[in-house]
Amino acid sequence: MSQATELVKLTAAQMAAKIKAKEVSSRELVDAELDVIESAEPSIEAFLHVSADEARAQADAFDAKLAKGEAEGLPELAGVPIAIKDMIVTKGIPTTAASKILEGWVPPYDATVIEKLKAAGMPLLGKTNLDEFAQGSSTEHSAYQLTHNPWDTERVPGGSGGGSASAVAAFESPLALGTDTGGSIRQPGALTGTVGVKPTYGGVSRFGAIAMASSLDQIGPVSRTVLDAALLQEVIGGHDKRDSTSIPMDVPALAAAARQGAKRDLKGVKVGLVKELAGEGFQPGVEARFNEAVKLLEGMGAEVVEVSCPRFPYALAAYYIIMPSEVSSNLARYDGMRYGLRVMPPAGVPQTAANMMSYTREAGFGDEVKRRIILGTYALSAGYYDAWYGKAQQVRTLIIEDFAKAFEQVDVLISPTSPSTAFKFGEKMDDPLAMYVNDIATIPANLAGTPAMSIPAGLSDDGLPVGFQFIAPQKRDELMYKPAAALEAALEEQWGGPIHQSLKTPWLESLNK
Amino acid sequence: MPTFTREEIEHLDDLARIALTDEEITRLQGELNVIADSINKVQEVASDDVPPTANPIPLEAYLRPDVAQTPLTQEEALSGAPRAQAGMFVAPQILGEE
Repeated sequence: MSQATELVKLTAAQMAAKIKAKEVSSRELVDAELDVIESAEPSIEAFLHVSADEARAQADAFDAKLAKGEAEGLPELAGVPIAIKDMIVTKGIPTTAASKILEGWVPPYDATVIEKLKAAGMPLLGKTNLDEFAQGSSTEHSAYQLTHNPWDTERVPGGSGGGSASAVAAFESPLALGTDTGGSIRQPGALTGTVGVKPTYGGVSRFGAIAMASSLDQIGPVSRTVLDAALLQEVIGGHDKRDSTSIPMDVPALAAAARQGAKRDLKGVKVGLVKELAGEGFQPGVEARFNEAVKLLEGMGAEVVEVSCPRFPYALAAYYIIMPSEVSSNLARYDGMRYGLRVMPPAGVPQTAANMMSYTREAGFGDEVKRRIILGTYALSAGYYDAWYGKAQQVRTLIIEDFAKAFEQVDVLISPTSPSTAFKFGEKMDDPLAMYVNDIATIPANLAGTPAMSIPAGLSDDGLPVGFQFIAPQKRDELMYKPAAALEAALEEQWGGPIHQSLKTPWLESLNK
Repeated sequence: MPTFTREEIEHLDDLARIALTDEEITRLQGELNVIADSINKVQEVASDDVPPTANPIPLEAYLRPDVAQTPLTQEEALSGAPRAQAGMFVAPQILGEE
């Protein structure tokens, strides 16, 4: 094996340790990942833009800092490279939200999370693919390309953050950022055998995250291990005055919780199995891996009880009213005036600003985005507001109450992350509802603002990864990191190593030739 | 129960400023009625006395100190403009003269 293929298989924490020990430089890690990206992209297509020059320059700057002894006090992940979902703005690096309406846009500012990564000396490898404006569950709604699932390149990587998940699964990057509005970090995590975390709403600044549904959106980590996600959330988390929904509190001790969890002692931890997130609609192979993992939690001393969240069956309906309503409002800003695409009306149509907007938006938005804008415009229009939007907001209260009651009994809740493993391209594109049902287990956490994460639970009978979801109470993200790390350690002992050792990686082998 | 008529969708595309094609309107009509059937379920569960939730973690709004900043220069603010001239965005005519 070449040095590059060995390096890229390390976890982010291992990379960081090697940087600290001066066994490897940040530049060497960046070069190794760029080699893998070049080799993997023809078959994976996770990246919309690779920022190789910027990444090398950032790595060199960090290495120089380290050599001068000026890297003291930086986060543990200093010098480790990362990929960014193209829903997060990056100064000087094109940002498109995978939409034609933003094609070629180069943001004049950085998101807060990008500023934090830069301050931590973490080089940005590039921007990853997604469903247009993060709207979808398969990344097929990208206006630019299909991203392939590294476990089976005929299948989707999930969505909307399929690019970030596939990049991390395929060893193109040890880490990535995602955004999660209804499961867009966690469901791709489940489908690609990676870890995906949606922090508490307001736990990570949304300044510079392109807005989809502002009361649901949250930026979070994508990684191959629970500890890596914890370390990354500690870098990007914390209060930001530029985001009025940012919670004024310090980031909890997440890495410490993950490290404690890795000791595999869960005595005193109470775990609630959500009755409503199982059974009908969940593939038997998904349920089998989930149930085996539950046994492992019990084996480590956790007390597992069944809890009922009786209003969860209404979460999907409430979500598909609240989310499109906020989408229709947020996406009104794409009007062809100040940035992005402008399409003038055809000859014979008055060349007015209003008509320009209509033709720009017709040309710039894809099918799913249009569907949601029209649905949201309807839900917010006079006469229907109370029946739909008002009712959905009340259901949201009931979901929060269900969580509150459940968390009176237990510390964390668990469920499968996604009802199915990765599906084939095109399978659900003609049936919006079938696509929406993918998020049935992930949506409640967005509605309630609670933190939640998905970790790999093994491979289903079809050979594809299954995700296991933990949900913790608001502002208590550390409570899910501990049992998640414990379960990961127990599963890896069973498997004799991480889940990725079962992944066939021809793009790495070709690098060795 | 809400149903989407063709006229309704034409009205909505006008409100949302999207010049949908006839074919798109036909397709959307079918899809939106299926989606409407499904999400109409929200009517079933919440009684009128349940308070609505807009933000799951409400925070008290605060004002930041009123200190002048230059987050973007004029050049940066105009850098993505489809058309700019003399330091300004250029818009098509706002008032119709047809």
